Amino acid sequence: MGIKVLSPQTRSTIITYAIVIVAFVAVTLLDGMGLISNSLSGQLVPICAYVSLAVSLNLVVGVSGELSLGHAGFMSVGAFTGVVVAGCLARMGIESELVLFVGAAVVGAIAAGIIGFLVGIPVMRLRGDYLAIVTLAFGEIIKNLLNNFYIGIDDAGLHFSMKDTASLGMNQGTILINGPKGAVGIDKISTFVLGIVLVLITVAVVLNLMHSRDGRAIMAVRDNRIAAESVGINVTKYRLMAFTVASALAGAAGVLYAMNYSTITPSQFDFNQSILILVYVVLGGMGNISGSIVSAAFLTVLPEILRPINQYRMLLYAIVLILVMVVPHTRIYQRVAETLRGRLRKAPADAAVAAEGGEGDE
Amino acid sequence: MEILANIINGASLGSVYAIIALGYTMVYGIAKMLNFAHGDVIMVGAYVCFCAVSYLGLPALAGVLLSVVACTVLGIVVERLAYKPLRNAPSLNVLITAIGVSYFLQNAALLIMGSDPKSFSSIISLPALQLFDGKLTISATAVITILACVVIMVALTMFTGKTKMGKAMRACSEDRDAAQLMGINVNSTISMVFAIGSGLAAIAGVLMCSAYPTLMPTTGSMPGIKAFTAAVLGGIGSIPGAALGGILLGIIEILARAYISTQLADAVVFAVLIVMLLIRPAGLLGKPVNEKV
Repeated sequence: MGIKVLSPQTRSTIITYAIVIVAFVAVTLLDGMGLISNSLSGQLVPICAYVSLAVSLNLVVGVSGELSLGHAGFMSVGAFTGVVVAGCLARMGIESELVLFVGAAVVGAIAAGIIGFLVGIPVMRLRGDYLAIVTLAFGEIIKNLLNNFYIGIDDAGLHFSMKDTASLGMNQGTILINGPKGAVGIDKISTFVLGIVLVLITVAVVLNLMHSRDGRAIMAVRDNRIAAESVGINVTKYRLMAFTVASALAGAAGVLYAMNYSTITPSQFDFNQSILILVYVVLGGMGNISGSIVSAAFLTVLPEILRPINQYRMLLYAIVLILVMVVPHTRIYQRVAETLRGRLRKAPADAAVAAEGGEGDE
Repeated sequence: MEILANIINGASLGSVYAIIALGYTMVYGIAKMLNFAHGDVIMVGAYVCFCAVSYLGLPALAGVLLSVVACTVLGIVVERLAYKPLRNAPSLNVLITAIGVSYFLQNAALLIMGSDPKSFSSIISLPALQLFDGKLTISATAVITILACVVIMVALTMFTGKTKMGKAMRACSEDRDAAQLMGINVNSTISMVFAIGSGLAAIAGVLMCSAYPTLMPTTGSMPGIKAFTAAVLGGIGSIPGAALGGILLGIIEILARAYISTQLADAVVFAVLIVMLLIRPAGLLGKPVNEKV
């Protein structure tokens, strides 16, 4: 009824939010009935974190059209900043977990946003594969630097060193970040509800940006940089805007991720982690936000589903990944798809439009 | 003397990067794809050589040959099965497929060989070189690695410059459609490039594990990334660029490790890459491409 009169853009926006909310309600109900296994419920927060990361990376890769291979770097900036902030706040006597988390997430996002902005200035001078390799390089540099950070807190305040814990000169405080060993003794304050809220905020930020004047400028730059420049769009400004916003959102997701474990190490946020997030984005469809949400959730759960064949699960994961990419380009698949499409055309055209969902193609 | 020794060690490590980077750069030049699975071919090559020497008791040279043959076949098979159907697909899809292949190779190696590191016995059993009354010691592995790199470079330059196949390769990387119109079989040319690149990766794997003898399923991934960096540094698509980029990167890495900080060596390497790319956005020997409206 009502949904028919909405514009395709509004409709896909509603569908995107609906996916998140329905998933949340369904999982909560199933959990209440005790139908969710322990290993799966342990994955709920990471799923939310990965969904946020995929949506934010989609802003860079899909909407802005830049291949970024260093997203995990910004995630780690957020994660470690969040741990330090939460440590400080806890020491100041704040007990409310909500306040701790929100404080950590906001500061983590700001820190990652600032780093993203600083990294973006040189990166945005480059294009294509050169841009990709430089984002990869920055991701590795961030990981390497964090591996040498030692931060502790005692009554005198924060202590920082790049040598070892002894040179912190601490007076019976707690060590928050311990070099390659990472952050230890984190309060596990992330919850599924907080995760869903973060996902909704991320989706709202990205969708609103995409549908704003700035977002259209970003997409114009993606589609044809020279044409966009010739109509007076400041190319660097808009590319940098997308990159910075995505970095900040990745930082917040990093906080959510970190606060779900008691220990995190810098080496967790390596190149492979960035690639993992990129895989979610590409599988979900470039510029397609609901696609990113579904593929990130599905691919995070997939290794869990495959747990019964533990030994072979990563091998199977790899094969699934290759097949998903290769099969649509084989002749047999194309012939089958052609036949199906012919049949669908006879069905109400509405179903076909809804099935496409196309977020980025306005 | 110490700095000279470091530079030679760096050049040796850099030669390994250069040989790997050649594979990256040739595949990129012709297929316009970043073959992220290339690093794992190194690992497969090293494992094949390790198994041939340790389990089958073959002589070292036979082990190397076997691993080159195995990797060449692997390269061709992977190209046929995973990359060929995607020839006209968006480049990101090809990238993800390459990542899938990389996961596949790593996990297959994990299943077959186990996760415990194997200690690779060097295939080079010559004594180290003593220069300047023993003040400067150069390991035979370093010498042979550098020599191998030079030989491969010269052979490859001659191959691409003089032979018919090599010219076909250059034609394909220049303009694939035009090459096809001239009667060049593009598919077999691309297969050839994958075969050469993978064969070189096997040699790089054996040489690298002779110098750094721990062999694990993830052994190839970091050198793969570094070699990719080297290829970009030299200007991706350029064969001399890959060699120059690789050797520079190796020397910078070893010098940074020796004089700045062991932990921060990788950060220094990547920082140098970023600075160089900002000064010369197309790499050291890359041709800047002007965009047409």
